[in-house]
Amino acid sequence: MGLFLNYSFRSILVRKLTTTLTVLGLGLVVFVFAAVLMLAHGLEETLVETGSPDNVIVVRAAASSETLSIMSRDQAGIVKTQDEIAVDAEGKPLAVSELVVLINLNKRANNDPSNIILRGTTAEAFALRPAVKLTAGVMFTPGTSEVIAGASVAGNFRGCGLGESVQFAGREWQVVGLFDAGGAGFDSELWADVEQVQQAFRRPIYSSVTARMRDATQIPVFKNRLESDPRMTVTVKNEQQFYAEQSRATATFIRVIGLVVSVIFSLGAMIGAMITMYAAVSNRTVEIGTLRAIGFSRGRVLSVFLSEAIWLSLVGGAIGIVAASLMSFVTVSTTNWDTFSELAFGFQLSPQIILGTILFSLAMGLIGGFLPAVRASRARIIESLRAE
Amino acid sequence: MAAPVVEVTSVSKTYYRDKMPIPVLSNLSLVVPEGDFVALMGPSGSGKTTLLNMIAGIDRPDSGKVTVAGTDLGALGESDLAKWRARHVGFIFQFYNLLPVLTAFENVELPLLLTGLSKKDRREHVASALELVGLKERMDHYPRQLSGGQEQRVAIARAIVTDPTILVADEPTGDLDKQSATEILDLLTQLNRDDHKTIVMVTHDPRAAEHAHVQRHLDKGELD
Amino acid sequence: MTQTTMRVFKLIFKNTLRHKLRTFLTIMGIAVAIMAFGLLRTFVSAWYAGVTQAAPDRLITRSKISITFTLPLAQKEKIARIPGVEAVTFGTWFGGYYKDPKDFFAQIAFEGPESFTLYPEFIVDTAGLRAFGSERNAAIVGQATMERFGWKVGDAVQLTGMIYPGQWDFVIRGVYTGATDATDISQFLFRWDYIDQRMQQEMPARAGQVGWWVIKIDDPAKAAQISNAVDREFDNSADETLTETEAAFQQSFVAMAGTIIFSLEVISILVIGIILLVAANTMAMTARERISEYAVLKTLGFNGGHILGLVAGESLLIAMLGGGLGLLLMFPLLQGVGAALRAWFPAFPIDPMTYPLAVVSAFAVGILAALFPAWRAIRVSIVDGLRRVG
Repeated sequence: MGLFLNYSFRSILVRKLTTTLTVLGLGLVVFVFAAVLMLAHGLEETLVETGSPDNVIVVRAAASSETLSIMSRDQAGIVKTQDEIAVDAEGKPLAVSELVVLINLNKRANNDPSNIILRGTTAEAFALRPAVKLTAGVMFTPGTSEVIAGASVAGNFRGCGLGESVQFAGREWQVVGLFDAGGAGFDSELWADVEQVQQAFRRPIYSSVTARMRDATQIPVFKNRLESDPRMTVTVKNEQQFYAEQSRATATFIRVIGLVVSVIFSLGAMIGAMITMYAAVSNRTVEIGTLRAIGFSRGRVLSVFLSEAIWLSLVGGAIGIVAASLMSFVTVSTTNWDTFSELAFGFQLSPQIILGTILFSLAMGLIGGFLPAVRASRARIIESLRAE
Repeated sequence: MAAPVVEVTSVSKTYYRDKMPIPVLSNLSLVVPEGDFVALMGPSGSGKTTLLNMIAGIDRPDSGKVTVAGTDLGALGESDLAKWRARHVGFIFQFYNLLPVLTAFENVELPLLLTGLSKKDRREHVASALELVGLKERMDHYPRQLSGGQEQRVAIARAIVTDPTILVADEPTGDLDKQSATEILDLLTQLNRDDHKTIVMVTHDPRAAEHAHVQRHLDKGELD
Repeated sequence: MTQTTMRVFKLIFKNTLRHKLRTFLTIMGIAVAIMAFGLLRTFVSAWYAGVTQAAPDRLITRSKISITFTLPLAQKEKIARIPGVEAVTFGTWFGGYYKDPKDFFAQIAFEGPESFTLYPEFIVDTAGLRAFGSERNAAIVGQATMERFGWKVGDAVQLTGMIYPGQWDFVIRGVYTGATDATDISQFLFRWDYIDQRMQQEMPARAGQVGWWVIKIDDPAKAAQISNAVDREFDNSADETLTETEAAFQQSFVAMAGTIIFSLEVISILVIGIILLVAANTMAMTARERISEYAVLKTLGFNGGHILGLVAGESLLIAMLGGGLGLLLMFPLLQGVGAALRAWFPAFPIDPMTYPLAVVSAFAVGILAALFPAWRAIRVSIVDGLRRVG
């Protein structure tokens, strides 16, 4: 075993330029692979965090996002009177009826327009979503054209910073506060008084009702009753599940493109590795003959060269993973196709991604290095010794 | 006369270069007793290296039999032959054939990696082999840091470290200057005389051949 | 062509065949890189297909709030009266699905058969147009979507609406094809009054609303002017508008995926660059190994120019073979990827600039690989070169 590790590793170091290029190529492919998986995962995590397991959200039946959902005041009222809903200290149900619309604002960076979510809500929203905290300024005053901005919106969109104002629906709205949802989807939203939103957009309706359950195990009962109620055509979902489903299309999109790109590039990297290993084999014909003459079997020679290829892929893979993990500091802001609105999310590493990436890397090394290693093992002793 | 270590019986070998047959050995027989030092000589193409390769177990005859240390080499499969070589043969090549990325120590250690010896035991064997060839203080140097003569001595250390049955040397002094060549040949003589190593050496240099006990001449695949 | 030059060419060709495996792998490596290059360029241009296909004499007017808000039908008259406006029609996003919500395709309500006059790039047969005019539930569907679901003209198709809830029954009366291969031929087009009729009965508040205005203007140079005029008309009303050229409108959709496109472009350049460098290094490796042979040739009387030709010739031959193979392989690859991503890219055309760019890149690789070894081979003294022989 000692021979393999020392000898293989040092042999790689001899052809510095070729090895460096091959390792870089492998590293870059691994980086793309890992980064794409991390991005899709980051998107999913962001949306999962957006919900709480103890909350339910009620929307119109088959509405995949709140912007497509319409509920009447009466329907919202019925939801709030259900027993399973928790109550606050004053005995009021812990539930909020919200109106969600998409508005089009310009980004700070390049003035490009993009849709963001405007959520008409009330102060109960904070009680229902304890992860969301006001970080600056104050909550909007009901009955006014005041808004509070999520961390990502405030940073990325013009006029959405504290003290600034933004125009839409024929009014100017003052940003009086900022809130932070810890990376969840709400960070990409503007919140305003629901009745003001209803008036400004002339929509005297709600999109959804979000409520805290007394006991999460009661959700199926609650769900059944509401969904079979003839006065409403609604769907009841666990809040976490509802938002998680909103990552589906975009996450798939990211993964499909990323995997197509990674696979093609991995082909190129494997070919590069193959070329490098074949060159290594042909340059060390005499060494191979010597090893065989001394008594190293074909199998051992094959293992030696295969392990060189694996070294290349492991080093390249390590570089790729390290570079990809640096991406955790980067936030991406792009349109979530499921909601058609801008969403900020980041790159998130997970043990599965690390494992998958290492396997991917190893596979490239094994496949790229296999044939050259076979060639090395099949070298005929006498011809090899005579070579050069 | 001591028991024969090498028995080559009526071997023949023909090579094919691009479909043209080239007969190299014809019905050749040779016996090398234990402790002997044989020089195989002859012009280029006489088959001396081919004969050496068969004795060493890295080539097979088309017909005939090669027995070394009581083992019929023809009866062994590829991997058994490899194992056999590891145990019984020490190789010395014209161009030393040291692995450039390994130190002198690691090069000498190579054959020992095929045995089951512990790291400590290996270390001891390598140290004594290098001491015997007078290069113990250079054990951590790489081949590129050694002179031709020193490289060949490391190669000899590698060849003897497993205490093999025979040493085969293919033009061991072919690439050395006169002084280094003499040192190497003196070393081989010492190994033969003091440690009773059986040595079969191929050379075309008559002065080198003088260090051997016996000189055999090959011409056109036949022994004199 | 002198005798020596001919010999050189012959030598180049034979040299390439010496290390068959290495040559093959290098060609494959370059082919993969070129293929990937083509794929990514097509990808990026597919994103911009909407923008590049936009007609310069069409404006799109949407609600100032966002595209998700509707505009009242009553605005049409006012827009038509603005100077420079030749014709006005509208479109409305239906946003439903056929059987499985995951099988996305655009469904848009048109005003009527006259809407097609503002979309000359949609080619429909006259029978289809006539049926569109006479039957309220008629639909005209783009060729791509017809093939995707295996529909034929005359088929009854039911869509489930999400924005306009409920089940909606249509009959396909026509197919439209595109004037260019970048035209979007995936849309499902039907009549707006079919939706509106039901809205008047079931949700009166939503009746009489359209999605966006499509305005044909007489002079593209006046686009900005006319856009402003339209918006001014509805300024401070309950339904403020934002009017822009169709190109700008499409651009805003592209911008939404801007980050992703940008990262793809950056990464692809890097990876392709590395792969090409590996290939170049391999060819340089081969050339280096032949230094002694070049020295021998020099003793025979071949001059520096011949040597350069040999080295560069071999490199270029391999590089161009790789590039050609890559371009060839691009077609089936793009077909496959285009099919897989149909939902996001209705059109996946190959940008004509891709071919010359690919050829130039392959050429550049060949030259790059040959540069240093050729220089060495020409300059090395015969003695030094020969010293490397065995």
